[in-house]
Amino acid sequence: MEHHQLAIIGGGPAGLAAAAVAANAGLECVLIDEQATPGGQIYRAVNTIPKQRATLLGPDYQCGQKLIDQFNKSGASYRPSTTIWNLNSQREIGILHNGQAALLSADRVVIATGAMERPVPFPGWTLPGVMTAGAGQILLKSAGIVPNDGVVMAGSGPLLLLLAWQYMRAGVNIQAILDMAPQNNLWRAMLHLPRALFVHHYILKGLKYQLQLRRAGIPFYKRITDLHAIGNDSLAAIEFSDSKGKQRIETSLLMCHFGVIPDSHLSRCTGCKHHWDPAQLCWRPVTDEWGNSSLDGIAIVGDGSGIGGAVAARHAGRLAGLESVHTLGRMSTNERDEEARADQRWMADDLNIRPFLEALFRPSPTLLGSPKDETLVCRCEEITAGTIRQALHAGHQDTNQIKFFTRCGMGPCQGRQCDNAVSQLVAHELGVEMGITEGYRIRPPIRPLTIEQLATLQGVDEDK
Amino acid sequence: MSSIFRRLEEPDMQWINIDIEGKTVRVPVGETVAAAILASGLHSCRTTPLSGESRAPFCMMGVCFECLMEIDGIPNRQACQVQVKEGMRIRRQIGTGEEYR
Ligand SMILES: Cc1cc2nc3c(=O)[nH]c(=O)nc-3n(C[C@H](O)[C@@H](O)[C@H](O)COP(=O)(O)OP(=O)(O)OC[C@H]3O[C@@H](n4cnc5c(N)ncnc54)[C@H](O)[C@@H]3O)c2cc1C
Ligand code: FES
Repeated sequence: MEHHQLAIIGGGPAGLAAAAVAANAGLECVLIDEQATPGGQIYRAVNTIPKQRATLLGPDYQCGQKLIDQFNKSGASYRPSTTIWNLNSQREIGILHNGQAALLSADRVVIATGAMERPVPFPGWTLPGVMTAGAGQILLKSAGIVPNDGVVMAGSGPLLLLLAWQYMRAGVNIQAILDMAPQNNLWRAMLHLPRALFVHHYILKGLKYQLQLRRAGIPFYKRITDLHAIGNDSLAAIEFSDSKGKQRIETSLLMCHFGVIPDSHLSRCTGCKHHWDPAQLCWRPVTDEWGNSSLDGIAIVGDGSGIGGAVAARHAGRLAGLESVHTLGRMSTNERDEEARADQRWMADDLNIRPFLEALFRPSPTLLGSPKDETLVCRCEEITAGTIRQALHAGHQDTNQIKFFTRCGMGPCQGRQCDNAVSQLVAHELGVEMGITEGYRIRPPIRPLTIEQLATLQGVDEDK
Repeated sequence: MSSIFRRLEEPDMQWINIDIEGKTVRVPVGETVAAAILASGLHSCRTTPLSGESRAPFCMMGVCFECLMEIDGIPNRQACQVQVKEGMRIRRQIGTGEEYR
């Protein structure tokens, strides 16, 4: 089996930084990423896109190029367009490239698989014409594709505002922005404002985006509830309620966004310990200050270990890189601690914004915990909230029992889209704290593999 | 139906031809199949195996599996994760896509 000293999974800011630090210190290291180019979600395609598009996306996006240059210079090897479908506690990694599956192993593994958008079911969210804001941004970053007729943007979170600002600069007709954060979020967020002011540039940037969007005459609707997407075969209109009552907007495109959560499928399938984070409303792995998980030799850093944003991800990646160099015997404890000091300080500074953002953009408990009976919760198996409630009241009082009984979470996405929603629905109905009810148990492969691909598996040692 | 997406006008693009639902469509090199079909005006990429309702790419990052399509005769491929190639044949997937096998 192919073997490496260090394998890093994910080529976003966390993975790129970890690889550069480790390779510069002399470790043999490979970075594996599903995308065709480095950069992760935030810096997607940054070194291949036309200059004009990069300018439109803003300076925060363009600064990703520096990180990629440092990675390229470091001598770490790079495997793009390669999907990880398994990692076990023995640090054996299942990869898939060009339809060919293989196994490799490593002395240490750093998981830096980043975040995904929080899936939040609402009536009509499966209609063509409804997609996530992240999807809209991927179309813009990687293909220069933007809404043609107009778009309504709904939800809460910095990404929604950022995309609206990027669309405005691209000349897109934004029909409306619907702010779905509950009213009392602002007061809760104010408690965290003093701390957030240490990194006030984030707040100023958010205010600048809002101001420019308002100056451009884009209608903002506040404190939206009861969002419905309406249409037969594709989206025709949206309906919602605000302080003035029921509203309707005719549109063929709705982009929704409710924040991001760690993409924890790989770390959960590996068997790393996780806990429910009540502030971020998601499962996140238990890690120490170096990113070490509960399993020996496996670290998890960046947004995949809890949402901290791109800057914190880069510092956390560097720390995990240093720790790898240290544990593999190329750096003393003192040297590691010395090298780490600046990153630890910058990271702690940057994370000061998080409690403020988490409180400000927190989705409403009703939206998360009590979708209407007719709302499809599991998109793949087409299971409604009503069916899940029935199963609950028939005595199946745990997320995995409900999965087994209703098939929800058993479709092609393997529960990625309904895991959080079902866990929160169960917790809400039972009136218990999250964390007591578990999430789905995740089993390999975490990406679909065909029988043919498994049959041609390379790297399985004959004597095993 | 008019397209709900458009391409920004950018200089120096390289184009190839692919076949989407029997129509020859010019698309830029390096684009994903999901991006290409949306830009070409196809709103929906498949129907579901259970109720038969139409679906479209939702996340574009490989986590939702709504973008399953038949690409070059092979069903159940994630269109948002596959890059276009000259002459590629792309079809909406009906249900599980098994009838294509
Ligand atoms: C769609 C989306 C758009 C975002 N856009 C922005 C933005 O514009 N600005 C901003 O500040 N923040 C953005 N974020 C937030 C984002 O999480 C950043 O904080 C930052 O990208 C996190 O860096 P990271 O290194 O932890 O992970 P990421 O940058 O997410 O990188 C993770 C990498 O791992 C790869 N990967 C994941 N699973 C596998 C697997 N099984 N096999 C192989 N490779 C895998 C992914 O393809 C990705 O390249 C976005 C998040 C999402 C989900
Ligand atoms: S659009 Fe979600 S997996 Fe392709």
